Amino acid sequence: MDQRKCECGHTNPVGTLLCESCGKPLDVEVFEQTQFPDMRYEGMARRSQTYSKKWIDRIWNAFSSVKIAIGIIIVILVASAVGTVFPQQQYIPVPVPTEADVARFYTETYGTLGTVYYELGFHNLYSSWWFVTLLVLLGTSLVICSLDRVVPLYKALSKPRLNQHKSFLKGQKLFGEGELAPEADQAELLDRAAVALKKKGYRIFRAERAIMAEKGRFSRWGPYVNHIGLILFLIGVLMRNIPGFYLDEYVWVREGQTVAIPSTPYYIKSENYETTYWSEEEMPEKLELNGGAIPKNFQTDAVLYLNKNADVPGKKPELVEVQKGPIVVNHPMIEGDIAIYQSGVQEMQLGALNFVLVDAKNGNKELGAFKFDLYNPEAEQEVAAGIKVRVLDYFPDFIMGSDGKPATKTNLPKNPMVALEIVDGTAQVSEKLVYLQGSVLTQKEDARFNLTFQKPDLVDISGLNVRIDKAVPLIYFGSFIFMIGVVMGFFWQHRRIWVQTQDETVLLAAHTNKNWFGLRREVDGLVDQLQLPVTIEEKTKA
Amino acid sequence: MGIMNKSNRTYVRIAVLGLLLVALVFALYSSFVKDPDAVKVGRAAPNFSLEQLNGPELALDDLKGKGVVLNFWGTWCEPCKKEMPALQEQYNKFKDKGLVVLGVNIGESPVAVEPFVKQFGVEFPILLDRQSQITKLYRIGPIPTTFFIAPDGEVKEIFIGQLNEAMIADKLSKILPK
Amino acid sequence: MQLIQLSDWLLDIAFLLYVISSVLFVVAMTGKNWAGRDPKQHEERYGRIAYWLAVIGFLAQTGYVIARWIGGGHSPTSNMFEFMAFLDYCIILAYLIIYRIYKLTVIGAFVLPLGVIMLAYSYVFPKEVTPLIPSLRSYWLHIHVTTAALGEGILAVGFAAGLMYLIRTVPQHISTRSTKWLEGVLAVVLMLVGFILMESTFSRMDQKTVFEMNKEQMNAIGQMEKVRVEYTMPAIVAPADSKIVQAGPMNPWFEAPTWMEGKDAARKMNTMLWSVLTGVILYGGLRLIFRKRLGAVIQPSLEGIEPDLLDEISYRAISIGYPVFTLGALIFAMIWAEEAWGRFWGWDPKEVWALIVWLFYSAYLHLRLSRGWIGAKSAWMSVIGFVIILITLVVVNLVIAGLHSYAGV
Repeated sequence: MDQRKCECGHTNPVGTLLCESCGKPLDVEVFEQTQFPDMRYEGMARRSQTYSKKWIDRIWNAFSSVKIAIGIIIVILVASAVGTVFPQQQYIPVPVPTEADVARFYTETYGTLGTVYYELGFHNLYSSWWFVTLLVLLGTSLVICSLDRVVPLYKALSKPRLNQHKSFLKGQKLFGEGELAPEADQAELLDRAAVALKKKGYRIFRAERAIMAEKGRFSRWGPYVNHIGLILFLIGVLMRNIPGFYLDEYVWVREGQTVAIPSTPYYIKSENYETTYWSEEEMPEKLELNGGAIPKNFQTDAVLYLNKNADVPGKKPELVEVQKGPIVVNHPMIEGDIAIYQSGVQEMQLGALNFVLVDAKNGNKELGAFKFDLYNPEAEQEVAAGIKVRVLDYFPDFIMGSDGKPATKTNLPKNPMVALEIVDGTAQVSEKLVYLQGSVLTQKEDARFNLTFQKPDLVDISGLNVRIDKAVPLIYFGSFIFMIGVVMGFFWQHRRIWVQTQDETVLLAAHTNKNWFGLRREVDGLVDQLQLPVTIEEKTKA
Repeated sequence: MGIMNKSNRTYVRIAVLGLLLVALVFALYSSFVKDPDAVKVGRAAPNFSLEQLNGPELALDDLKGKGVVLNFWGTWCEPCKKEMPALQEQYNKFKDKGLVVLGVNIGESPVAVEPFVKQFGVEFPILLDRQSQITKLYRIGPIPTTFFIAPDGEVKEIFIGQLNEAMIADKLSKILPK
Repeated sequence: MQLIQLSDWLLDIAFLLYVISSVLFVVAMTGKNWAGRDPKQHEERYGRIAYWLAVIGFLAQTGYVIARWIGGGHSPTSNMFEFMAFLDYCIILAYLIIYRIYKLTVIGAFVLPLGVIMLAYSYVFPKEVTPLIPSLRSYWLHIHVTTAALGEGILAVGFAAGLMYLIRTVPQHISTRSTKWLEGVLAVVLMLVGFILMESTFSRMDQKTVFEMNKEQMNAIGQMEKVRVEYTMPAIVAPADSKIVQAGPMNPWFEAPTWMEGKDAARKMNTMLWSVLTGVILYGGLRLIFRKRLGAVIQPSLEGIEPDLLDEISYRAISIGYPVFTLGALIFAMIWAEEAWGRFWGWDPKEVWALIVWLFYSAYLHLRLSRGWIGAKSAWMSVIGFVIILITLVVVNLVIAGLHSYAGV
């Protein structure tokens, strides 16, 4: 049986609880119960609840269930909380270069619980397959719940429930009934009611012996609008996985250096980095800082270049300046889709060593000064007329190797050792010198040349985060739609008031989806104003 | 509500659920494959061009038709030092049979690289990746890491760790031009 | 300078007015049945005075916000003191709005004491106006934090009404699971009171305990030195791997487990232990005095109120607070995060907990709107929801270190 005929003559689809036309409860069982069907979906047939023979319908019905949706929400909630018990891998405060280091971190810092946490994969919980699956399931539930409810609700609301069956009116939470005097003009009464309600901002639907006043119908769409917003949001999140939509790179750039930004055709140069601190005059109150200071600004003055030769990585670049300006925390440099953020700094790092070559046999007479650039040393420099300094060996991060020979620990100049040869072309003298940790060792004891060490050049290295996130506009748009939806749904109410006459009685009923007290006030006002012989009874629904 | 409607509804449901299933697969796929651009065995080695120590720029694509051993190294890396002679030995043996060995130095200055190269008697081309750009492109983690690239540019094998002569010889058989 | 002093005074005045208002609200509620009074008139009269005191207090606090904003150069939402005081401001604001809609006096008898507790809690933190560090220097600080606080304030009113509903309706003649849980909630509130009592008492006494941890940290002048931890409250629990440099009134009973991150973790745990202890003592004391459950003590004062009205107010507050919270704590937070760090979401603990609060209230709304959870079930949810907000504000800062740890607690 696909249809169900109401006594008013209207045929309703299977699953309909309240006749689409007259509002009389249809289901015999429901009718016999004292409970009136829920007005949530206007008593319309929800497709999902009517057919469940095929497997596809069963899946559909499962996702269409609000109970299951709430279940998914709760599981996500609990899982999210579990993920904050210990830090996620990305927030581990110490460097963990390999997977073994990660494992060790959890065990050593948090004991057995930490080991379990790591073994269960909770250190990357939010990107785990099951958490991602949960999020997609939530999205699925959002889509299907909305589709399943919005169609019948649209049908119901587009046909105003005018001239309803008495049992429908009686079933409402606010209902009243009263005898009219036999000589009373019923049409006039309804007219007055219409005028009074119109004044209150209601839209009036009129039939011969009935009016229905309605206000704020659009608020019924709030939940669907906000769910559409959420769906758009989730689509945005999913879109970030499309190649080219999302980029997250980190570059360290020294003052004066120009570096390539990986995966992009851009190069960036740091002209200067500076941390500024709040001065005492700027502070609204005197603070005890124990000699410390509060930073005010982290700023890299940067130049962004476009590389015309970007098609082959590593190829000598041909740079064109595209933008120049400061990069400050909270104020990224933006070029097209790319945004560059001030994200970290290593201040006062060794950049170059400054030496003065002296003649030890001549009262340490200064022969000439030279600079040893630790990042880009020159192989040979002429320091004074005829005197050259040649680099023999350079270990940026000196360590004594296992073979007893000097070696380097990294390629960063943290502890530079330099072996130099000083060649005096005219005097045919050649001497070797070694610089290490602030002191100079000469090869011979009575060497002619020596070096005095001067203040080194210190540079600041800016850590810049480079991001592309093309899904962000959609994510914001989804959030915006969500907000519109919740505001529609929560800050307005859908109110309906029915006034009908039947023989010698007047029937009054009212329904709203929230704020019953407001509606009650309005109905009471109406009864007072029209001096209706009606006492409103308010049912409490358990 | 005829038969037609009912089957229509089934199709709509299949379509919607199918779309959502695609979304699920896509989400899971992208959470597993974190880095779709990573260099992998069976894929083409991405082209690059770098300046040579004491030589002009050299592009990988220029070496098509030859078997290429691409070795990423640094002077601070002990196993790199140890495998240098083996690489040099194999280079000597097969350079006339279409083998090129490229040593990509990671982020060091020529002044630091040159003495090292001399010390180990390296003669194959040393490329200087001063800004570690190519190191990042090839997703180099621990070094040494060595790529064995066939004459058509396909990566045949990626090896992380120290190589000896026998291992190199074995892997070369996959990439030397026939 | 003077503005800040003015703002301090204004806040003190507001605090005092809130206290008096709370007392009068309680009098309005409980004094109904005093001999020789017309209950309705009594309630109306005292309720009106209490309401207006709350309004004047609110105006004074508005003055505080403005004076401190101008004097400090940024919205007073940049550290824990400022945030808690602002949250309190929002709770009172939300109360005034709800009062205008429903004209129900007695809501004040629950909200105002909650406001007093919150404001007293804020007094526990350092009150200086500190200039903003670079990451906070954005107009989003004002927008994000104020909106989030407003949302939480409105949700707090939902909690107060929900709690009133429970006290009003849970049958007190027999002991049930409901009565036990209700007593538990009241005990937690008393623990918060206990914390404020302990903290303000001990900070006035000269009895600090100082520990030195076996850990080094760079100090302000760039030298490495051993990390020192100063306890205001007598030490029950010592930091892991530490020794006492300056002894306090008592010896610690045990050491904190090593996984408690950060130098302040053990101090916070110590504070928490004291709060729980005092709360339990307070609760026990009250039980001894009244010789019945606290719920049963309060219940008679609420008898005149329709439970349906309380249910409605609680739901209304949550349905207004939910969008505001979403906007402030999630959407504005995402926009700021995108601007500051280039990612709108990073699963930072504080972010996650904001999401948890949001998910919880989403579940609340679905259960209520779709599954017909009204009345007691809904009231319990509103109470749990606010507990989660408190966890987000207090525990996440206490135990879990994250990007928001600038807040200082």
